Amino acid sequence: MSRILEKLNNRYLPKKDYPNFKVGDTVKVYYRIKEGDRERIQPFEGVVIRIRGSGTDKTFTVRKESYGVGIERIFPYYSPNIEKIEITKIGKVRRAKLYFLRNLKGKVAQRKIKEIKKWEYEAMQKRKEEARKEKEKALQEATQDTETSANLND
Amino acid sequence: MGIGLIGKKAGMTRVFTADGIAIPVTVVEVPENYIVQIKTLEKDGYTALQIGAVEAKEKHLTKPLIGHFKKHGVKLLKYLREFKVENPQEFKEGQEIKPEDIFSSGDLVDVVGTSKGRGFAGTMKRWDFSGFPKSHGHRYHRAVGAIGNRSDPGRIWKGKKMPGHYGAEKIRVQSLLVVDILVEEKILLLKGSVPGPNGGLLVIEKSTIGYRKKQQLKQKKLKSLVENLLKVGEAS
Repeated sequence: MSRILEKLNNRYLPKKDYPNFKVGDTVKVYYRIKEGDRERIQPFEGVVIRIRGSGTDKTFTVRKESYGVGIERIFPYYSPNIEKIEITKIGKVRRAKLYFLRNLKGKVAQRKIKEIKKWEYEAMQKRKEEARKEKEKALQEATQDTETSANLND
Repeated sequence: MGIGLIGKKAGMTRVFTADGIAIPVTVVEVPENYIVQIKTLEKDGYTALQIGAVEAKEKHLTKPLIGHFKKHGVKLLKYLREFKVENPQEFKEGQEIKPEDIFSSGDLVDVVGTSKGRGFAGTMKRWDFSGFPKSHGHRYHRAVGAIGNRSDPGRIWKGKKMPGHYGAEKIRVQSLLVVDILVEEKILLLKGSVPGPNGGLLVIEKSTIGYRKKQQLKQKKLKSLVENLLKVGEAS
């Protein structure tokens, strides 16, 4: 995205506190629907098969199977009509776009996505975080060492 | 006809209204525009404003152009365009023209630009001919087909649509809605697409067909979009 388009983000990008979902996760999107004067919230639950775009243009596609028929819905990520998003299942996949699910049906499709339990996922995140911190620490020490040695040389 | 501005296409994106309608917008960057010369009835036989934009270095301009800028006391500028106006006495040479001075959100504007060049293009791309079947034994796919009759008229009609150079020509898109003007960022948001690549030079002016009944109905219809535009924060 160009630098000029990025300037628009301050003005038009609404703050969204969605959980951090990714491709392969099963999410429940609560979408606001207006019928005449009435407003109601319709949940749509399915697998995220694609996240694309950046800035206000970002969208994600949710796919579900209803009575044997595949249904896909594209949501603008920053749409004001999305009330909230819940992650119902965390999935592990090896692709960024899960278009191959379109050719599969029922159980076969479900089996393609490896489910990770929430506690497993949290433990994984924790481990990652710790590893990152350690790496940073090591890096800091290394830079300090070089600085002190440089001072000695002076 | 009216005063216009020189701008640059930055790209396309979308913005939302508060009730969730996504508006496709073209982001137009408007650099500082200056009035270089005022053409008057007495001197030039018609009234117009010459407007320039984007500062240039001396080595990139010809001597006559540098002289022209010095004479009117304006910075050296890269691009010059002329706009016919009826009230040139209201303007001063060297005055800066800002987008918020002449447009406001909800206005209809025309955009003139140069379309993307497509080189030597066949009739399917250039004139939307439908072509011939790709399979079922055909060996004639994207070619022109017949281009005329026999001995009567014995020639090809003038203006017959044929392959040739396509694109890289001046195109005017009429009556685009100004969705928003960002004063500090010097950005115009126009609903819909404009000709040319990102970074291409554009001229934005008041719509020439905006006074028509149909256009005014359209403007009225689109008014709610501009009013309900979802804005998050002010300029950073």
